[in-house]
Amino acid sequence: MDLFIAIFTGTIIAATPLIFAALGELVVEKSGVLNLGIEGMMLMGAALAFWAVTAGYSMPAAILAGALAGAAASLLFGVLALTFLTNQYAAGLALAIFGSGVSAFLGRGFGSEPIEALHGVDFPVLSGLPLIGPLLFRFDPMVYLALAMFVAISWFLYRTKAGLVLRTIGESPQTSHAIGYPVIRIRYMAVLFGGAMAGLAGAYLSVAYTPLWVENMTAGKGWIALALVVFATWRPLRILLGAWLFGGMTILQLQGQALGLEVPSELLSALPYLATIIVLVLISRNRQMLALHFPASLAKPFRPAS
Amino acid sequence: MHPRLELRNICKRYPGVVANDDVSLAIQPGEIHAVLGENGAGKSTLMKIIYGAAQADSGEIFCDGNPVAAHNPATSRALGIEMVYQHFALFESVSVVENIALSASSAFHLPSLAEKIRELSLRYGMPIDPHRQVHDLSVGERQRVEIVRCLLRTPKLLILDEPTSVLTPQAVVKLFETLRQLAAEGCSIVYISHKLDEVQELCDTATVLRNGKVTGTARPKETTSLELARMMVGSKLPEMHVSPPVPSEKPVLEVTNLSVKARDHFGVDLKDVSFDVRGGEIVGLAGVSGNGQAELIALLSGERTHGRSDAIRISGTPAAGLRADERRKLGLAFVPEERLGRGAVPSHTLWENTVLTAHRSGTVRNGLVDRRKASAFAAGIIDRFKVKANGPASTAQSLSGGNLQKFIVGREIALQPKLLLVSQPTWGVDVGASAFIRQTIVDLSRAGAAVLVVSEELDELFEICDRLLVICQGRVSPPLVRKTTDREEVGLLMTGRTMSKDQMASGSGDVALQD
Ligand SMILES: Nc1ncnc2c1ncn2[C@@H]1O[C@H](COP(=O)(O)OP(=O)(O)OP(=O)(O)O)[C@@H](O)[C@H]1O
Ligand SMILES: [Mg+2]
Repeated sequence: MDLFIAIFTGTIIAATPLIFAALGELVVEKSGVLNLGIEGMMLMGAALAFWAVTAGYSMPAAILAGALAGAAASLLFGVLALTFLTNQYAAGLALAIFGSGVSAFLGRGFGSEPIEALHGVDFPVLSGLPLIGPLLFRFDPMVYLALAMFVAISWFLYRTKAGLVLRTIGESPQTSHAIGYPVIRIRYMAVLFGGAMAGLAGAYLSVAYTPLWVENMTAGKGWIALALVVFATWRPLRILLGAWLFGGMTILQLQGQALGLEVPSELLSALPYLATIIVLVLISRNRQMLALHFPASLAKPFRPAS
Repeated sequence: MHPRLELRNICKRYPGVVANDDVSLAIQPGEIHAVLGENGAGKSTLMKIIYGAAQADSGEIFCDGNPVAAHNPATSRALGIEMVYQHFALFESVSVVENIALSASSAFHLPSLAEKIRELSLRYGMPIDPHRQVHDLSVGERQRVEIVRCLLRTPKLLILDEPTSVLTPQAVVKLFETLRQLAAEGCSIVYISHKLDEVQELCDTATVLRNGKVTGTARPKETTSLELARMMVGSKLPEMHVSPPVPSEKPVLEVTNLSVKARDHFGVDLKDVSFDVRGGEIVGLAGVSGNGQAELIALLSGERTHGRSDAIRISGTPAAGLRADERRKLGLAFVPEERLGRGAVPSHTLWENTVLTAHRSGTVRNGLVDRRKASAFAAGIIDRFKVKANGPASTAQSLSGGNLQKFIVGREIALQPKLLLVSQPTWGVDVGASAFIRQTIVDLSRAGAAVLVVSEELDELFEICDRLLVICQGRVSPPLVRKTTDREEVGLLMTGRTMSKDQMASGSGDVALQD
């Protein structure tokens, strides 16, 4: 039983940074912009949040600092890709490299001491329930925030006018411009939001998941988030499921390694990636549905006609 | 009192052309003002400049006496200017109601907006189902959506760039009623059309453009269409010669008992469709768009295949199961109704666009594109069809609407097909060029090709077709011989009313058309 609880809660926690980062990227891509720099933005968020904690700021302030750092990093991408119409792939890769370099530079002064991790919440009554309490009601607040973001973003995209505007800009910025929407401004907002979400994801890693600073501590999670968006065919619910699947496989393979299974550990480590991709590919075979959710102008630069 | 809109000395150049050259005009409140001109005269460019979708190189714009500096569509809409684009501004991946909600100022509540759209569109004689996805709509239906979208707002200046090019005659009548009422309430309207009779019926004044310059103004109601045409073209209109058809023994296209379910519940099922087209004759398919034309065209062109291969035969070969490229090998050429997107790739050059369908005529060798040949081929079309373009290397999207249409029709005719399937052949083409395109189609058929023309425009069908079919709710009527039928009979069949036996001048058997 304890093992089950450990695997379940471990899954949810491991999925949380992916949920933040992938949902943020979803909003960016829905607006027709491809930001490959999630990894860099996460690292910036992680570094800044960690620094804020060691400098004595409160936990919420530190997490906010992480989000702001991610947004600031994304602004760099925005200026390159949206104002100067640089190739979005190149600008995103540059951001990924830049973020990892800058965070490593900042992190040199951090030392290797762990900090005190973000606490779990204590809901009255609920957290004390047997089984249900440890399973559902003792997570740290960021886990609940990630779920709230999922609900909010799904609602925003498919139930609000602003969400419709965002999606249609992703289909055809020319048409959006023709009917009077400020395409570039809206794309900037989407990019900044995505940056802030990636920053949150990074902050979660450095102040909650593994509360210490290690260079390049995201270990490719930014790239996974990117892949999740694609394999989830740009749909929020599938991103959530994909993140959980990935988190679950990560935890399982760790358990497997701990039990000393007779399988090469490299293979076990590859398992989460493989399983996630296979499952998401299997559920997204319908071409027509794919075309419906894919932002048709993804990564194409846009300049209003003159 | 200030004019609602005043343009002073507007100039706009594109690489290789002066689209607008020192254009000035004024439009009063409540005035319906026509802008006339040949394809490529600069009408759409001028409209985009008024709306802020393009910026003039020089010149001034005044709205109600106030100068309008560096503006964009957003500021124009804030000023009360609305525009129906020639190449619609709709999003394909979302529904009609969502498209309209994007430019509505009302609260974002789709169910109530959908109700309003349904009701208003019926009142305007342009019924649309608000819940359909735009990518499933025919161009005629898209045009209705565009117009209804503008009418839902209360504009002060309404720009209509060829709003009736694919609208049914009934809808045009209703649209004119609505426009007149809007004008009476003080809304100014700029109206662009190549249909001069419409302009004469509706417009108070007209400005004529030629090669970007204003060449005159007129009061259309007091001017004959011949005079108007002369102001536009600068010369006399070509005359049509339609010699009697010489149908071949064997049909080139045979459709027998073709029934098919629509792809989704918005489409129309085809019910037991049978007809044939012989070499040397032109058969017209008349009908209000959305009655199964899209399904039938998709099946004929090979975009969609059918399980029973001999349901469609091309020159005797069972073809219903063949792909589009295999049917092209049998001698089929096809002009789809959507010129941007399906007829041509907008961002590609003209010569690249010829390679898409002309691989048979030597532009592709051993899988490699022969660039010189393709360029020469494109240049030939540009020359023969008088397409106004900056050479074969200009992109498809830089052409004016009518010029792109001429190019696409020209490309297919230049293939010398055995069977030509053409949808809305003269959509947005000016009077002179329409006559030319029609003449070319007639010549092609008299040289032995079978031609099937799908159009909503009865005048066009009556001008060139030898036999007419009418499609309504997925059923195709028996053929009517043009010489022995009239617009009334066809119009009745289009609305799906059953005709009594003695009225049926030519068709054989019973007409399976009901309400
Ligand atoms: N984006 C562009 N790039 C280059 N040339 C352009 C562009 N847009 C228009 N042109 C050119 O400007 C000229 C005027 O085009 P415009 O679309 O205004 O014609 P139009 O009067 O609307 O014709 P039509 O009746 O065929 O719609 C054409 O020669 C066209 O090729
Ligand atoms: Mg035009």
